[in-house]
Amino acid sequence: MPGITREEVAHLARLARLELKGEELDHFAGQLDDIIGAVARVSEVADQDVPPTSHPLPLTNVMRADEVRPSLTPEQALSGAPAQEQQRFKVPRILGED
Amino acid sequence: MTVTELVSYEDALASYDPVMGLEVHVELGTKTKMFCGCSTELKQDANSQTCPTCLGLPGSLPVVNAIGVESAIKIGLALNCEIAEWCRFARKNYFYPDMPKNFQTSQYDEPIAFNGYLDVQLEDGEIFRVEIERAHMEEDTGKSLHVGGATGRIHGASHSLLDYNRAGIPLIEIVTKPIEGAGTRAPEVAKAYVAELRELIKALGVSEARMEQGQMRCDVNLSLRPHGRAEFGTRSETKNVNSLRSVERAARFEIQRHAAVLNSGGTIVQETRHFHEEDGSTTAGRIKDNAEDYRYFPEPDLVPVAPSREWVEELRRGLPELPRVRRNRLREEWGVSEHDMQSILNAGAIDPIVATIEAGADAASARKWWMGELARNANESGRDLASLPITPEQVARVTVLVKEGSLNDKLARQVIEGVLAGEGGPDDVVEKRGLKVVSDEGALGTAVDEAIAANAGIADKIRSGKVAAAGALVGAVMKATRGQADAARVRELILEKLGVTEG
Repeated sequence: MPGITREEVAHLARLARLELKGEELDHFAGQLDDIIGAVARVSEVADQDVPPTSHPLPLTNVMRADEVRPSLTPEQALSGAPAQEQQRFKVPRILGED
Repeated sequence: MTVTELVSYEDALASYDPVMGLEVHVELGTKTKMFCGCSTELKQDANSQTCPTCLGLPGSLPVVNAIGVESAIKIGLALNCEIAEWCRFARKNYFYPDMPKNFQTSQYDEPIAFNGYLDVQLEDGEIFRVEIERAHMEEDTGKSLHVGGATGRIHGASHSLLDYNRAGIPLIEIVTKPIEGAGTRAPEVAKAYVAELRELIKALGVSEARMEQGQMRCDVNLSLRPHGRAEFGTRSETKNVNSLRSVERAARFEIQRHAAVLNSGGTIVQETRHFHEEDGSTTAGRIKDNAEDYRYFPEPDLVPVAPSREWVEELRRGLPELPRVRRNRLREEWGVSEHDMQSILNAGAIDPIVATIEAGADAASARKWWMGELARNANESGRDLASLPITPEQVARVTVLVKEGSLNDKLARQVIEGVLAGEGGPDDVVEKRGLKVVSDEGALGTAVDEAIAANAGIADKIRSGKVAAAGALVGAVMKATRGQADAARVRELILEKLGVTEG
């Protein structure tokens, strides 16, 4: 079955902000194709009467009361940040030069 | 894109038929975030309300806020929607630092509420039905501060600073079906819809829906098509239109701009646009180089939400009277016109008037004070009626004092003024300022005698039957008592003393 194309891998790589070389695109296209093929085999055995599963546990309606729990302190929250300023997470320029 | 000369609104609508779609985000008033127990209180120290879950740290797991789900169902029911028997959350994947998780937890093809409508009433009383496509649950994003550019804009910024206190606050996104057939009234319908939705949300008690605080935000999608054509034109999406007036202006501007582009043979670019409060215009946002691809998939960390029919029916039974129905009921009870009721609504005076009547005032007096003296004071001090330092009970007390004759209108105004100035309740102000109608018949009789003596000529005219001249003597008495007399009683006394009866 014709699976993932090189162009689709390039598109996904861009969405995931991954820089891939030409040979990597071919390599991953093959690998992703195998993975999707393997998953697709599930559909072959699943008949119309089998509902799709989104979760391995047969649970619904797991909810929490609307009660405040302690938050992290700003120091704790920021402790893993590569850069910070004014008690905020500092991130590089979002928009490139136009 | 170059600036296009706008087509006049009338000309635009002579050639084209507008179609709108409105997306409204409502921030719920829950105590905690949608998926974690962090507080949602506004205006707190940056990053003081976060936890591993809303920061998207490894190993953390979200759990849904029950009140968030309940609020979504209430909104759905009030919008006459069907409520899903089973639905899931989905991850909307994107790279943008306003969400530390790199995805927003939202709902995709299984919204909790769908297929509803909201009837909105236009200024002239016409009812317009706006069909609702869906209402779904999601979460708000963090707040960005752009540094190094001009006026805090993202363009030209050297870097940005993120505060994640808002990230994860529950949002309900309400999406209309395409609104067709509004014609020239499209901008008015848009405004009326958002206004009605806001009233509804407030009545449900699920959010304060303050647009100026970003608790309710509107995106206006608009396209034009030539009259008689069934298919829609290309739409533009004007983001974050954050006041009722702006919703109307944005729709109006886009109608004129689209018409101008189409008239000149151009094509509308499907893009997001920014609304400018200063002049009511919109400008193109970032051009998207490729179609949005959020790669939605079911959120594996949350289990499905399957509201039982018993729960849904219980919530349905608990719905309050809908705002439009309530307004019409009050309008009839108060005996006011559609137009007056609209003014009362716009002034935010409905609830204060209702509370004042409940505290013992008659409808006409309650309305008179809130729409007169108090509205003027609120206007001058730039506050809304609800935040004036006077309670409905105090206003009701003033109306009672007027009714029983201890105050006349002029004195009542001074009492209100005193209460607003923080001098205490109405009775305190009356006491401290010595504002009581002179009802002591002896004192009043003396004042009347003096006025007659001082104006012998006028008194003679009245004796000879010119009752109309009594006004001048009433004026003299009122002046002598510094306005603290009951004018009607003064008139009676004057006529009595001069031996005349009212013709």
